[in-house]
Amino acid sequence: MNLAASTATAHTGHTMAERIAIRDLKFYYGDALALKGINLPLYDRKVTAFIGPSGCGKSTLLRVLNRMYDLYPGQRAEGEVLLDGENILAPGVDLNLLRSRVGMVFQKPTPFPMTIYDNIAFGVKLYEKLSKAEMDVRVEESLTKAALWKEVKDKLNASGLSLSGGQQQRLCIARTVAIKPEVILFDEPCSALDPISTAKIEELIDELKSDYTIAIVTHNMQQAARVSEHTAFMYLGELIEFNETDRIFTTPKDQRTQDYITGRFG
Amino acid sequence: MSARISPLYAGRKRVNAIAMALCYAATAFGLMWLALILASLLINGLPGLSPAIFLENTPPPNAQGGGLANAIVGSLMLTIIGVGIGAPIGILAGTYMAEYGRYSRVTSTIRFINDILLSAPSIIIGLFIYTIIVVPMGRFSGIAGALALAVIVIPVVVRTTEDMLLLVPNPLREAAAALGMPRSLVIKQVAYRAARAGIITGVLLAVARVSGETAPLLFTVLSNQFWSLDITQPLANLPVTINNFINNPDPNWKKLAWTGALLITFAVLSLNIVARTLTQSRKSK
Repeated sequence: MNLAASTATAHTGHTMAERIAIRDLKFYYGDALALKGINLPLYDRKVTAFIGPSGCGKSTLLRVLNRMYDLYPGQRAEGEVLLDGENILAPGVDLNLLRSRVGMVFQKPTPFPMTIYDNIAFGVKLYEKLSKAEMDVRVEESLTKAALWKEVKDKLNASGLSLSGGQQQRLCIARTVAIKPEVILFDEPCSALDPISTAKIEELIDELKSDYTIAIVTHNMQQAARVSEHTAFMYLGELIEFNETDRIFTTPKDQRTQDYITGRFG
Repeated sequence: MSARISPLYAGRKRVNAIAMALCYAATAFGLMWLALILASLLINGLPGLSPAIFLENTPPPNAQGGGLANAIVGSLMLTIIGVGIGAPIGILAGTYMAEYGRYSRVTSTIRFINDILLSAPSIIIGLFIYTIIVVPMGRFSGIAGALALAVIVIPVVVRTTEDMLLLVPNPLREAAAALGMPRSLVIKQVAYRAARAGIITGVLLAVARVSGETAPLLFTVLSNQFWSLDITQPLANLPVTINNFINNPDPNWKKLAWTGALLITFAVLSLNIVARTLTQSRKSK
């Protein structure tokens, strides 16, 4: 798998900056080994998709990148995950700061039980002291980036829970973008949404990648093909193949990758 | 269609009808007692209800008139202090169990002990407070009674707080943590907010529970015939006053006891209705 990074470089003809480097990552749920030594780069301002059958470890991998697993006892990671060269798995890393740099959007929309405005202002207030006017600007900016501003600009004081599922998910994206992270992780962001909302979120991801490094876990292979530059195919806790998305979907090197993308298992 | 009504199906319909009838009968039986209690309270208590009840103190034996003012105020004080002490402790303990110690063995131990405390006879709690407060102090006092009530409040609030926080979906906590929010803020700003109606309901139910408690007050506050706001002294209160007055041949006292009982019951009833409404509005959201 150590050829992965070089392959990507070779095919695009110019070097891409590695924003995150995953080195020999092992992950345990209690005694059960869920990730068996993953090596993977995430390139700066590119979208990387993690695909693979259920239980292959793709969500687990994503949850290592912002150390979400730390909320639960008995889960631990070994190896290195370098974010801008700094190992985020090292002891003493400030998890709250890390998570403000590596944002996450979840499978189900999770608006907080507060107004639309506060849903966004809330996270911002944790790290920045903004005046009311500055905060208004930030809220509008974030909602605009998440393609939600037009729909909610007249009801910023309505509860975030009053929005539709697709709108709630875009609110969650706005909330994540508002704190200006460097990396955004999407954990099956469209699996609870209808096709129209899904299309909107995909467009959004495409726009966001000009500013952010993005990793997305998806069960939907067409989605991976549509939104990502690179695709990692995982199976049973191992990274089977990593390459440019076009190559993964047209000329996969591994038989298992080919079987999965042609729908023979998964 | 009629061909499909086989004997098997007809039999099932019959069983269904019988079961349904039994359910209705059981419900009616249960409700009947509640209706009878409320009716007897209204019949016996309503005639005594007058402004004097809220303005005058409990009368001496064999006197006319008088009210329950000192007992009502005493009861309010005991309940407020008791819940004021018990509810914060209960909420904090419940928060620990649901948020910080969710997976620890300490929590399951606390939960087990809490459930025992929840069903402990309240007279035992009265005796306990008698031993550790009343005996050393050398006298019955309002504060001893309030502490006894607090001990009853704690397990109720611990239980509801933990249950309500456990109902808050984990992805919501993860979403807050994913913004870089420290644990304490996740709990305060997100989990509490999502569970607020439920936690308030728990506190209201605890208020309802203690406002009718008599046994733990008998050995702790005793009672007081006179107006007093001093919590270091015996304090008049509705339950013990009812207990003392109802067993007395004096018809004036008997009447006051019924009216007191009516007041407590309707206070508890309205608290329960408020609590129920809060839970309902939470569900409908």
